[in-house]
Amino acid sequence: MASITRRRALAALAPLVGAGAASRLLSGDAAAQHSQAANGHDLNGHANGHGPLEHAGFRRGARVDNARNGFDPTAIVRDFDEGTTRRLASGRVLREWELIASEKEIEVAPGVAFAAWAYNGRVPGPALRAREGERLRIRFRNATHHPHTIHFHGIHPSDMDGVPGPGAGLIEPGGTTVYEFDAEPFGLHLYHCHASPLAAHITKGLYGAFLIDPKQGRPDADELVMVMNGFDTNFDRSNEVYAANSIPFAYMDEPIAVARDALVRLYLVNVLEYDLINSFHLHGNVFNYYPTGTSLQPSELTDTVMQCQGQRGILEMRFPHLGKFMFHAHQSEFTELGWMGSFDVCDDTSAKLVCDLPAAP
Amino acid sequence: MEAHADARPLTRRRSLPAWLLGLVPLLLAVGVLGAFAVLGGPGLGDRPGPAVEELSVERTVLEPGSIELTVRNDGPDRVTLAQAFVNDAYVDFDVAHAGVDRLRAETVRITYPWIEGEAYEVGLLTSTGATFTHEIAAAVETPSADLGFFGLMALLGIYVGVIPVALGMLWLPFVRRVDATWIRVLLAATVGLLGFLAVDATLEALEIAGQGAQALGGAGLVALGAGLAYLALAGVSARVSARASRADAAGASPQRLAGLVALGIGLHNLGEGLAIGSAYTTGALALGTFLVVGFAIHNTTEGLAIVAPLGRSGARASVGRLAALGLLAGGPAVVGAWIGAAAFTPSLAAFLLGVGVGAIAQVIVQIAPGLRDAAGRVVDGAVAAGIAGGMLAMYATGLLVSA
Repeated sequence: MASITRRRALAALAPLVGAGAASRLLSGDAAAQHSQAANGHDLNGHANGHGPLEHAGFRRGARVDNARNGFDPTAIVRDFDEGTTRRLASGRVLREWELIASEKEIEVAPGVAFAAWAYNGRVPGPALRAREGERLRIRFRNATHHPHTIHFHGIHPSDMDGVPGPGAGLIEPGGTTVYEFDAEPFGLHLYHCHASPLAAHITKGLYGAFLIDPKQGRPDADELVMVMNGFDTNFDRSNEVYAANSIPFAYMDEPIAVARDALVRLYLVNVLEYDLINSFHLHGNVFNYYPTGTSLQPSELTDTVMQCQGQRGILEMRFPHLGKFMFHAHQSEFTELGWMGSFDVCDDTSAKLVCDLPAAP
Repeated sequence: MEAHADARPLTRRRSLPAWLLGLVPLLLAVGVLGAFAVLGGPGLGDRPGPAVEELSVERTVLEPGSIELTVRNDGPDRVTLAQAFVNDAYVDFDVAHAGVDRLRAETVRITYPWIEGEAYEVGLLTSTGATFTHEIAAAVETPSADLGFFGLMALLGIYVGVIPVALGMLWLPFVRRVDATWIRVLLAATVGLLGFLAVDATLEALEIAGQGAQALGGAGLVALGAGLAYLALAGVSARVSARASRADAAGASPQRLAGLVALGIGLHNLGEGLAIGSAYTTGALALGTFLVVGFAIHNTTEGLAIVAPLGRSGARASVGRLAALGLLAGGPAVVGAWIGAAAFTPSLAAFLLGVGVGAIAQVIVQIAPGLRDAAGRVVDGAVAAGIAGGMLAMYATGLLVSA
């Protein structure tokens, strides 16, 4: 039942976040206006005028059309797909999803089109969320012109591994299959296409987070999910843009609003192709890190973690100070090519979340 | 029988005026091709594959806090500039028209706090995800084209062009004293010098042409420049010959030959000045004493080449005429430096270097008859030694110039 509590908590927070965004748009807060003027920033966090640049970023005023892409980084950072459930005769819960691989053009930087492959029309694919011990069933349909699979990390039989060969093997264009296995072990995992050539099938967008909650659940928190990725737009086997959840600088343009002192839990997955490692660095704070999320005890209290491709972990933090706190890869190259964002720590002492406040103790 | 077969159509066509016969195919060609274009190439369908994007950087201007690239669309399709990056970081930029049509040029102004002396890779990301990168080997502020700057370029041109050529011409008294065989050796040395210059300039021109917009001709511009210059000089030479009353059997009079050599070298120095001016503005040229001395020694030999034809008996030349020859040969270096510093593009440089090559080739053709010995042979031992000496002199003095 803990998950329902968590969902309830999320639902309760949503209007707060919305109110925060509204208060920013209305700019009714004199203090907020003052802080914007003092920092020389407009609402988007971009430098005003033609002065020296403050952060790397895209051409002034240029934004990705999230509506046309069909997914919004601000929405998907809190979007977990729990599928549909029903109870089997044995009393176990059967959780089901349908995943469809399709060809989709995505704007990966303002004005730059990328011919992606996507699960359920978005990159990263939906963050699938289950509970330890459930029976999982994933119906897969390949609506592209190339064979694909879904390979899940975690424990499962060989014929459910989603690789060419065992079980259904490659799913040809127009083909379908069903992957079915138990949800184990609890932790943060991922899924991705395992068709050859592997690098191409992954970097074009066929991946997503796969989360198995422990039986007893985790403490209630404001939960976020980020899949660190990049896109090779000129096919030179190195990335032109880097991001968390696909859209470079998205969380700089639209910081992620969180409440002061509230527990924030970030599910962080690295699927970045071509570069050996990726990392996450948080400003002005430290976090507890749970590698792969397979233990309830944190391994480290830090402000920077490193992940190779396929590695993932859970971060837990509370922000004691109001204001903006950046997060980004600590490879400066990735940072300035798009993988940077910002938390906006908001005041929730009144009924609504008040954001974009000047830094204060 | 053949004559009869040919004559028949001629008699029939005589009724139509010749200009009409010339015009009809032209009009038909225009009409057919126009209709083809308007109908969108019937039967051909859409071109398979993605858009072909090509961009070349023609000019880079660095000012404090900004980098400005002039790019030209070098390919068959429109290129839409989406984003810009410098050394692996996205940056803000301004451009009048992000969509660059074929052969059109646009100036992209990037906001970037560059540091003097450091290397930068400036990249442009297009709407299809293609990237075009441009290396800045060592960032240095581009001099603003004010009066002082043009003065400096003029001084540079005089140092490396006018003065050395004038110094070289001081060999004239020596040239006048030596006997006919020595004159032939000196003329041969001139041919050697010019030949080396022509080859050297061709290689340089081809290299620069490779950097320019290929859609504008690329290496073809070098050939075009050389061809036009050769033909123009040949035309001028023929006209002057026709008017000259004392045109001798050897080809050209000594004064005229000296003038042609000076003109050829002048056109060559235009290209050389262009390279110097452009190298200076991009910071690739350190204006050291050594470099100027190197160029001066290199170009002094060109002065010798101009006066060598005047060594023949009977050739007279006033001081004013000699000064004019010197200016003709060295002065274009000043003009070239101005153009190179203010309006350099690889395509223009390739074309002008080609012009120099063509001019030199024409001069060599003019000098060649003067190499003949009494027996009418062109290449005897003395001439061969002279040509070899000229080439070696150019090679050796060229080592002093590292630019």
